[in-house]
Amino acid sequence: MSTATRKAPSQIPTDTLLRLYRQMVAIRLFEERVNDLYTRALMPGLAHLYIGEEAIAVGVCEALRKDDYITSTHRGHGHCLAKGASPDLMFAELLGKEAGYCKGKGGSMHIADPATGNLGANAIVGGSAGIATGAAYASKYLKQDRVAVCFFGEGALGQGLLYEEFNLAQLWKLPVIFACENNGYNEYTHFSESTAGDVIARAQAFGIATETIDGQNVREVYTVASKFVDRARRGEGPAFLQFKTYRYHGHHVGDIARAYYRPKAEEQEWVTQRDPITLHGQWMMDNGVADRAALDAIQQELIAQMDAAVEFAVNAPYPDPSKVDQDIYA
Amino acid sequence: MPELATAVRELTFGEAIKEAIAEEMRRDPKVVLMGEDVAEAGTTFKVLTGLVDEFGKDRIIDTPISEAGFTGIGVGAAMTGMRPIVDIMFGDFLMIIMDQVANQAAKIHYMSGGKWKVPLVIRATMGATRRSAAQHSQSLHAWPSHIPGLKVVVPSTPYDAKGLFKAAVREDNPVVVFEHKISYRKVKGQVPDEDYVIPLGVADVKRQGRDITLIALSSMVQVALGAAKMLEEVGISAEVVDPRTTWPLDEKTLVESVKKTSRCIVIDEGYFRYGVTGELASIIQEQAFFDLDGPVRRLGAMHVPIPFSPSLEDATVPTERQVFDLARQMVNR
Repeated sequence: MSTATRKAPSQIPTDTLLRLYRQMVAIRLFEERVNDLYTRALMPGLAHLYIGEEAIAVGVCEALRKDDYITSTHRGHGHCLAKGASPDLMFAELLGKEAGYCKGKGGSMHIADPATGNLGANAIVGGSAGIATGAAYASKYLKQDRVAVCFFGEGALGQGLLYEEFNLAQLWKLPVIFACENNGYNEYTHFSESTAGDVIARAQAFGIATETIDGQNVREVYTVASKFVDRARRGEGPAFLQFKTYRYHGHHVGDIARAYYRPKAEEQEWVTQRDPITLHGQWMMDNGVADRAALDAIQQELIAQMDAAVEFAVNAPYPDPSKVDQDIYA
Repeated sequence: MPELATAVRELTFGEAIKEAIAEEMRRDPKVVLMGEDVAEAGTTFKVLTGLVDEFGKDRIIDTPISEAGFTGIGVGAAMTGMRPIVDIMFGDFLMIIMDQVANQAAKIHYMSGGKWKVPLVIRATMGATRRSAAQHSQSLHAWPSHIPGLKVVVPSTPYDAKGLFKAAVREDNPVVVFEHKISYRKVKGQVPDEDYVIPLGVADVKRQGRDITLIALSSMVQVALGAAKMLEEVGISAEVVDPRTTWPLDEKTLVESVKKTSRCIVIDEGYFRYGVTGELASIIQEQAFFDLDGPVRRLGAMHVPIPFSPSLEDATVPTERQVFDLARQMVNR
């Protein structure tokens, strides 16, 4: 892996390379704190961690403008942060606090934020394919030049809605990127047990531009995403990008005993050989972009920021029960 | 009501719907309509004939036969600056789009803590007796009425249809409008050639009466009015009240009418079990119990899949005669 990437020096500016690193570390630290809050019973509901997949959200969102749109998934904290969400308001929402992004009404699986173009995380697998495509349609109709990215896991390949949106997006040449994060497992089932044929061929059947990308290589993710985002912005239509990745943790925090559906050795291989943060950090050191001290400094700064964000959220008040029937109708 | 300068014409129910859509599209360029065969075909019911000539195919948009797919696009577009109308040819197809309607459109405003809005109109049809059998004949307005976050419109007259539809387009919330297929051509009425809206959640007393209240929706308003005429001939004065929207619901007007008459029948073309009639009857009994002479009675579609054969299908829908007989028995006159 790292030998292959070293061969091609990156055209990506230094500040972007550092920001990619910083954003991935931020998500990693955020998710580690989610794990901690959850296991300490401070976080209600479910927690689906994005650890291991950080390069995808970060690389794709780096290719976007602030006014571009994303839709996210139940495993969505990384997408929201990468698109610009503030960790303190994220943690507050995860803990069900009034100060959270959705006033505590959405929680972990429904973070939404118009200010950063986040149309919302979605707890229906594949459920946001229409919303993202609709935002792309509106952008085209209103001549707004915006691109929409629909993040989804490979589990959504089983949902019919996705293919209706493929058809409509290509038929109407809409600026939408279907970003498939293939972490290999539909919950507790290997995707080979649920997915016939070739994943990429499904989108190709509609004439959609496709590419399969190493989702652990943030520079490659960013470079390829930029190419297809720019293409969509020029009005040349949608793309389907398959990112090969891995979730280090279980389907959710409580999914601890995983040996029945995936071997420990496989997990260890991804964690030790293919970690996107380690790989990118090493690449930057090898290429003289940053030294160990600089990377450590980024980490230390983010640790302080994340700890402060957790403290803010833990201390924030819960919404008053009287607010339960507010915000049903606009 | 209309001023002198305003032309009042007799329009069919379908023509009133088309006029509402055309006026809203002229008023607001962000209003578009998408669905199957809506452009040159003007829908399978020909209700939208001619709209594509005025607004073009960019605003009257033919879609693939992908109801969930284009409804999803409607939801996303509504969130991002448009006011889409999605056309669901037969209300039975609501089942196909229910995730987009009930899990997405209805909940986005609440789940986002009030940050995103979904100003989407879903127009669907309802109504039996077109010999279209079990998958093209249902009246499913109870379904979206059950879901918090949706508003549901069930107009019965051309005047109401125009005013309510225009209000639906201007709503910042998802609204499902149920248009009765038989009413498209059969029901005619006075409609002003002007811009008016009827606020959602305001019932209308279609006929004043003293002895019994007939609460009826959509096609059943005509049935109730027909029954009221028959009752008048036997000396019974029936009041006909049309809620016009199942949510928001004008409970006050319904309850006040029943408090005055002391008797009530609720009539609806939706399935009898677990439906609109049950909800309305319970509201009346909760709020007007001590003014009632007897139990609130209900008439609805039989709890059977709508059959094909005319002799079978006609037996499933409440009739004027049934309303008349039941009312007469209740008033005991």
